[in-house]
Amino acid sequence: MTYTDEQTARLAKDAAAIIARYPEPRSALLPLLHLIQSEDGYVSPDGMAFCADQVGVSTAEVSAVATFYSQYKRRPTGEYQVGVCINTLCALMGGDEIWERLTEHVGVGNDETTPDGKITLERIECNAACDFAPVMMVNWEFFDNQTPESAAAIVDDLRAGKDVAPTRGADKVVTLKEVSRVLAGFEDGRANEGGAAGGPTKAGLDAAKGGAK
Amino acid sequence: MTTLTPILSRHWGEEKSWSIATYEKDGGYAALKKALKRKPADVIQAVKDSGLRGRGGAGFPTGVKWGFLPEPDGGPRYLVINADESEPGTCKDVPLMMASPHLLIEGAILTSFAIDSHHAFIYLRGEVVHVYRRLLNAVAEAKKAGYLGTNILGSGFDLEITVHAGAGAYICGEESALLDSLEGRRGQPRLKPPFPAVKGLYGRPTTVNNVETIASVPGIVDQGAAWFAGMGTEKSKGHVLYSLSGHVERPGQYEAPLGVTLRELLDLAGGVRTGHRLKFWTPGGSSTPLLTDKHLDMPLDYESVDAAGSALGTRALQIFDETTCVVRAVARWTEFYRHESCGKCTPCREGTFWLDQIYDRLEAGHATEADIEQLLATSKSILGRSFCALGDSATMTITSSIELFRDEYLAHLDGRGCPLNSAATTLFATAEAKGAK
Repeated sequence: MTYTDEQTARLAKDAAAIIARYPEPRSALLPLLHLIQSEDGYVSPDGMAFCADQVGVSTAEVSAVATFYSQYKRRPTGEYQVGVCINTLCALMGGDEIWERLTEHVGVGNDETTPDGKITLERIECNAACDFAPVMMVNWEFFDNQTPESAAAIVDDLRAGKDVAPTRGADKVVTLKEVSRVLAGFEDGRANEGGAAGGPTKAGLDAAKGGAK
Repeated sequence: MTTLTPILSRHWGEEKSWSIATYEKDGGYAALKKALKRKPADVIQAVKDSGLRGRGGAGFPTGVKWGFLPEPDGGPRYLVINADESEPGTCKDVPLMMASPHLLIEGAILTSFAIDSHHAFIYLRGEVVHVYRRLLNAVAEAKKAGYLGTNILGSGFDLEITVHAGAGAYICGEESALLDSLEGRRGQPRLKPPFPAVKGLYGRPTTVNNVETIASVPGIVDQGAAWFAGMGTEKSKGHVLYSLSGHVERPGQYEAPLGVTLRELLDLAGGVRTGHRLKFWTPGGSSTPLLTDKHLDMPLDYESVDAAGSALGTRALQIFDETTCVVRAVARWTEFYRHESCGKCTPCREGTFWLDQIYDRLEAGHATEADIEQLLATSKSILGRSFCALGDSATMTITSSIELFRDEYLAHLDGRGCPLNSAATTLFATAEAKGAK
């Protein structure tokens, strides 16, 4: 373990809070791995050993779990993970064109990170926003109805350190480490940011009211 | 003409619709107050009488599923809500939880009360962080209002809800894989029986229900089973979310009684994108066999879609017009199943791998007619022989697309590759065409 005493103490406090949510400690493993990603930016060997210690299983078992799920990264990744949905519907609606443009624009391929450590590109599967296709996710916030141009502009802004707002979500995209902490179950006070619903979410409601004709 | 019935979606247009204040203003938590004064069995009976069926795809009667739980033995029993919405085309639970999380929370409390569970879990896919924020916030608000915790509203009933974020794995939508994942393991399906009702989470009696199913419970308790059963068809009752996506003028969520037709929904949604015509569609996501314009007037209920050789699934209506190459569409779904196969059983793990290889050849123009036969043969080897439904699902659009569009497959052979212009399918192509007019 190369975590400092301060790190270990802080993480152990968080881990205890996570474990307390479940009847059995091992259930805490997925959120603990999110917690590790919030500390190290990926599921580091140190982090996995820490998780094993916390829930009382071997590091091999933790590693078996960590490698099963696509959100856990086995290598250090960029501050912003830019995922383009390339499942059928989004791909056809423009996801393939967006992907092509982004890889050219940024100069890296799938699961690769820009040299400045800012952007990791990822081909992602259906993210449950098909009525907003083509969809892009940045650190698991929604960027709906994208074009190759809009996607490239978003990546440019992120690399320039500008605030970038998702189309549905918090007021701005926070770093992958910050998002991972939320996914570990720690609120960040942003739940009341953003709207309730995008246009397509309300399409039926509008039609029922006789509007949007 | 069926009229739309915004019930689950009724608050989605409101300012801060996700807050407890907005929810309570319009009668939110009234059902809970009513139910807590009655017996748990009354809630189960109301749900049975309503005819509510699981909204996660399988369509199993919800009240009957709850009835499978054994008699309480003093040990824990669990409600687990499947919020792992990942089926390609399915996009209803995520907007519901984003806009109206309290509807799910109230449904979860009512259901837990009904089945005598004191700890409920919401297993949310990890790739939607803002939805997770909204759910955590809703649980905190409900706790503060006294709807969660100990001795809820003086009833003596105790309940905690844990909202759990997954980490990216389609297979976790399968209920037993979800339970393994929630126990901190790789999300792989379990052998059934025993079913979760008998041995579920931590080996204890557990019911696993979809988000939309649970969100439908407060309405049934508040308005009555007869009100709910008054909507829909004889065997498919109630209101549901239909999700239109793809080549349609106004894609989105349309809440209607079961049994509405695609023609009616398309009329409400402005039709297939202007200047184009319907080629094929999925009634319930990528795990349901493709249908065509022959099925425009088929009632979208469980029985009618089954009779047409497909399945209602999650009512994920993905619409594809004539610019779409069916081989490209199915190739991408096949790549998805290959990627998401958990590896536990051989037919699915190996079968999806080989199917994906054949589609690569088809798209590159290197395939021969024997490859089409091999797609059918491999699909046959997977269907009914895989450990869970994922393997079966992978074959559905393959076999149906070959049946419906064999000529289009043949056009890809002998060095030709795709005969269609892939750029014509995009949303920006629509925008350009409109701009040019």
